[in-house]
Amino acid sequence: MATKLDVSTPAARSAPALSNEEILRYSRHLIMPEVGMEGQLKLKQAKVLCIGTGGLGAPLGLYLAAAGVGRLGLVDFDKVDLTNLQRQILFSNDDVGHPKIEAAASRLHGLNPDIQIDRHETRLTSENALDLFREYDIVVDGTDNFPTRYLVNDACILLGKPNVYGSIFRFEGQVSVFGYEGGPCYRCLYPEPPPPGLVPSCAEGGVLGVLPGIVGALQAAEAIKLILGKGEPLVGRLLLFDALAMRFRELKLRKNPDCPVCGNHPTVKGLIDYAEFCGMRGEEAPASQAGVPEITPREVKSRLDRGDDLFILDVREPHEYQICNLSGYLIPLGDLPSRLSELDSSREIIAHCRSGKRSAEATAFLQKAGFRKVLNLKGGILAWSDEVDPTVPKY
Amino acid sequence: MSVKVIIPTPLRAYAGKQDSVELQAATVGEALTTLTTRFQDLKRHLYADDGRLRSFVNVYVNDEDIRYLQKDATPLKQGDTVSIVPSIAGGRGLHGNQA
Repeated sequence: MATKLDVSTPAARSAPALSNEEILRYSRHLIMPEVGMEGQLKLKQAKVLCIGTGGLGAPLGLYLAAAGVGRLGLVDFDKVDLTNLQRQILFSNDDVGHPKIEAAASRLHGLNPDIQIDRHETRLTSENALDLFREYDIVVDGTDNFPTRYLVNDACILLGKPNVYGSIFRFEGQVSVFGYEGGPCYRCLYPEPPPPGLVPSCAEGGVLGVLPGIVGALQAAEAIKLILGKGEPLVGRLLLFDALAMRFRELKLRKNPDCPVCGNHPTVKGLIDYAEFCGMRGEEAPASQAGVPEITPREVKSRLDRGDDLFILDVREPHEYQICNLSGYLIPLGDLPSRLSELDSSREIIAHCRSGKRSAEATAFLQKAGFRKVLNLKGGILAWSDEVDPTVPKY
Repeated sequence: MSVKVIIPTPLRAYAGKQDSVELQAATVGEALTTLTTRFQDLKRHLYADDGRLRSFVNVYVNDEDIRYLQKDATPLKQGDTVSIVPSIAGGRGLHGNQA
């Protein structure tokens, strides 16, 4: 499937020339032979769609706008949250509570008023993706979840658009370019997503604020190279970055001849239900939480006030205990199997974590291990802060 | 054969918080068996119930994907690096909302 970009054809030369002000703005590009006037005009004619304006989308948007990409589409439906500001550098304090798309568009317009910014304030779905992507030359994937990643991949392959991929976890990132000139796609790399709950989420795992900055900047570099038609694109290669070790590694990525989307005999010929594909239908709450006996923070509080003997078991990690705690006894979920002897099965145990997810697992585990009187604190410390004691910080 | 197995961030919690493990093995299969024997919790993250490597976990010997070598039977040389590379979603994780 050939996906040579339109912008790399001589048609770029027939584009209107740059204004004197633009020549000055882009002078550091223009004096490099790899970009020059021809390359800068290609950038001006290019149409790039950024999926997400968050951690990855911020450096992407900023560098693509600064570089003079003529038309920049932004897709996001979220609102700016205080926890975003640790890494999402498109937003400022005043933007908290406002739609990301508005804050992002106004920041990028302020950076470069000469470019067109398309605001798509919508959730990307199987119904709208093809129409949305059709308008653009390149799609840059700055999303944060598996269903959208597979959706972006499949839509790009179906339309023959290159997909500049970046993904992050804690202090590790992955970057590649999929679906470019017959190269491999995301499904060649990972045919299927992990089932929900098996891989810890970033909300539990955290992410180093600067990491999406680095990975998003790498994606921006790849997008710009594709537009210019210069250099060696990151096709058929998976770049791994570890910020803690400060090390880059590169792995070979092959096209899978049996790939259901881009292989020799594709079976996926249209967009599917990606929530279902990722096993997430009707699973707003993780499956492990269902059926575990629970108690609300208010009930725990009133029982403690009554003087009931409750053993508060905190199954978070020690560094989380330092942020805030309910004076519970700390045994991280992962250590529970080897530290069961520290618990007294004759006492009533209230297991808790940050949100109630890990402690649900702990409750289920303790029940299996023969503990009869175990309850999961519903909603964890977050709910405790909301319902009982607002002085406990939420994180 | 002494080889190094690189453990990715999401799985370190199940491998004694180590980022790599040195072990003796003649094939990739042997290396992974030794690893999951040493760290039992790792097993369900690497293998599905049918005993096959999970499809969102890739294993590389140096920079080559074992799916295009001899899979589990891929022989190892002294000093080889075996990398376990699972898919990561980015941003906020699996459910696209705060867990």
